[in-house]
Amino acid sequence: MNDFSPGLENVLARQGVTRRDFLKFCSAMAATLVLPTRYVERIADALATVKRPPLVWLEFQDCAGCSEAFLRASRPSVGDIVLDILSVNYHETIMAPAGKAAVKSLDDTVKEGGYLVVVEGSIPTKDNGIYCTIGGRTALDIAKQVCGKAAATLTVGACAFYGGWPNATPNPTGAVGVKDAVPGITLLNLPGCPPNPVNITATVVHYLTFGSLPATDQLGRPLFAYGTRIHDNCERRAHYDAGEYVEEWGDDHARAGWCLYKMGCKGPATFHNCPTVRYNDGTSWPVGAGHGCVGCSEVAFWDTMSPFYRRLPNVAGFGVEAQADQIGLGIVGGVAAAFAAHGVVSAIRARQQPLARHESDGVSAEGKEG
Amino acid sequence: MRAVEDALGITIPQNAQIIRNLIEGSQYVQDHVIHFYHLHALDWVDITGALKADPAGTAKLAQSISDWPNSSEAHFKGVQNRVKTFVESGQLGLFANAYWGHPAYKLPPEANLMAVAHYLEALDWQRDVIRVHAILGAKNPHPQTYLVGGMALPIDPNSQNALNADKLALMKQLLAKARVFVEKVYIPDLLAVAPFYKDWAGVGGGVGNFLAYGEFPLTPNNTERLFLPRGVILNKDLTKVLPMDHQKVSEYVTRSWYDYAGGDGKALHPWDGETAPHYTGPKPPYDSMVGDGAKYSWLKAPRYDGNAMEVGPLARMLVAYGSGVKPVVDTVNLVLKTLGVGPEALFSTLGRTAARGVETLVLAQQIESWVDALAANIKRGDLKTHNGDKWDPSKWPSEAKGFGFFEAPRGALGHWVRIKDGAIANYQCVVPSTWNGSPRDASNKRGAWEEALVGTPVTDPERPIEILRTVHSFDPCMACAVHVVDTHGREVTRIKVV
Repeated sequence: MNDFSPGLENVLARQGVTRRDFLKFCSAMAATLVLPTRYVERIADALATVKRPPLVWLEFQDCAGCSEAFLRASRPSVGDIVLDILSVNYHETIMAPAGKAAVKSLDDTVKEGGYLVVVEGSIPTKDNGIYCTIGGRTALDIAKQVCGKAAATLTVGACAFYGGWPNATPNPTGAVGVKDAVPGITLLNLPGCPPNPVNITATVVHYLTFGSLPATDQLGRPLFAYGTRIHDNCERRAHYDAGEYVEEWGDDHARAGWCLYKMGCKGPATFHNCPTVRYNDGTSWPVGAGHGCVGCSEVAFWDTMSPFYRRLPNVAGFGVEAQADQIGLGIVGGVAAAFAAHGVVSAIRARQQPLARHESDGVSAEGKEG
Repeated sequence: MRAVEDALGITIPQNAQIIRNLIEGSQYVQDHVIHFYHLHALDWVDITGALKADPAGTAKLAQSISDWPNSSEAHFKGVQNRVKTFVESGQLGLFANAYWGHPAYKLPPEANLMAVAHYLEALDWQRDVIRVHAILGAKNPHPQTYLVGGMALPIDPNSQNALNADKLALMKQLLAKARVFVEKVYIPDLLAVAPFYKDWAGVGGGVGNFLAYGEFPLTPNNTERLFLPRGVILNKDLTKVLPMDHQKVSEYVTRSWYDYAGGDGKALHPWDGETAPHYTGPKPPYDSMVGDGAKYSWLKAPRYDGNAMEVGPLARMLVAYGSGVKPVVDTVNLVLKTLGVGPEALFSTLGRTAARGVETLVLAQQIESWVDALAANIKRGDLKTHNGDKWDPSKWPSEAKGFGFFEAPRGALGHWVRIKDGAIANYQCVVPSTWNGSPRDASNKRGAWEEALVGTPVTDPERPIEILRTVHSFDPCMACAVHVVDTHGREVTRIKVV
């Protein structure tokens, strides 16, 4: 039945969404992906005609927060993704089958190949991986098999990126992210705690539209979402430059929306598009609700960005507008120095591998540390 | 947060208390609806059955139980066509390999179609109403404005960078939308589906002991006045709600993959808790880890005064019911009367699922008034959201210890902290699924899931949907493995429930 053929445009048409509105949606998607307007038609074509590519979503040492974030996706919505855009064949939290029947869904998909895999949660490597087993298999074993045969792997959240919370010192289970657990695969990282669903869906749409993953920084994070420092797009930046800071929680300056730098905000050292896309359909984001950024999209943030309420290393001369850019760079350097003090940075460097698809100018905290 | 506030003797401002109640209350409503439609409904609703439905019949059914507007024949026809297209595509995705067509599915096709339509509607609804968390907490999941001593969110009616009249109005709108869906869709669906599964009021009872720390303080840090009360019920005795004393909580590791320095036979109170993992299970990959007397779980075995306890909506509703909390008593009685069953039916898989609905309705009808309470405070000129007296660790005593309670949607959550010289010396969490999914203890006592599965009928051991129904009714936050073994000890099948 042509009326009910899959493809997002038809789906939306059934819900009373006109071609005009559909193109508007595609424009918004192009904007999220920081693409020129000539791409709008291309996105529209891809979404209107695509056959549903299979996707499996693996959960390891996780809290399902990234899955919950995925449920908040609105463009396209998770219902449309699941029924009309992708074939989500495996997701332990929301799939109907359980046990052997669920494992069959995974096995069938892997056997067929050509699927995307999303990984949520870290992978424990200590003691032969016994700290996370599913159906008698270790997370490490499952990740190697499933990610190894995938067309591409997306990590969602801080845990699948660099190990996240389970990886925080003293890391009792030897938790790592996918990059270290399964080296050498085609990988894209969407860190955050949790990541913004807008960035998850935008990545998927990019993949469906262009047949490839978006360009990334040295840490494998797509530039459209992680290419700009929070501090540079922050709505409170003018207050930083003018030396206007919140001094205590709930003080007059907090109510007036002054800068949260002195309350520990890690925006100056964090690359993420939170200030521009915001969360929950653009409703708010941490600084917008009066709390500093905790740097959740950066490497090993539980160790490198904490204490969360201690200000970033002292920077001489802040408050002088003319030097603002230099100040920003200085702070990033300061954090890198803090990494080194923790003995983290050398470990990170050792684990880093240049990505084949890397075509960026290396915009990241790591890239700027020198 | 509450554990540290308890340890340091911090009283948070009234506004911060109300904001926390609003975040937690809206979380209950949103989370319970997701649980019902997206994590539990497909144990009772056969999606493939929806294809056989007459949309006119579904419209008639829907209109007979609610005046929710999306109930026309055309609406249900559209949903049915969408499901049909999906099934005909041959790519069944999340719905492949489930136990469709199992004889334990009892709903008529028309009811299945109605449930599928609401499954899809609830997906969009939950995304919108939880924006309350973004207003108050920056984002959902993982709100980011909680502080020891209150909330980071400032209040100022004259600022766009703080909670103001505009944001209060948006919250009221979202919470009203939340309530209307619960009143007109979730509860009518629950009451329409339940009569087909009345035999489940006699299955899955569990340990019969219930623990609630209570939630929604109505005065700052005053645990004596909680909207949902604190208490303990033992042996299903609703006439006696015992006071809760957190000193009676302790954890065993007799059957858990941990060692205690003083030996595994004795339980430890969380303030003295130890977490020293020591795996002794089979080497992966493995098919089975059954072994008599062996350790078999990463969960410790928490006990209250030596008793295995159930926590969650059923525990909270029973404690509130037994304590005479009016909105709970009225709603529980209404549900029991509608279904034609007595209070004993609450101790079951069906009772657990119904209690979650009762709690959702009670909360959905309450939380809008908390926005009004917040507005009234602001009107009086009270803008305070944080008590910073002890923000600086130099003001802390050299040693302190505290107990923090929280009723997460899936049950009682306790945090115990010991602070020494401005840093954490010991921190122990006893979470809801540790109570419910507890392994056995030193005296071989079963936890709530295990006990609830005793006597559960399984018609087809290869497709044990009945086990899913009971375990899912607890809203587990993790996977559990259940091995179905025949009377000779041979494994017939094993199933992982998530």
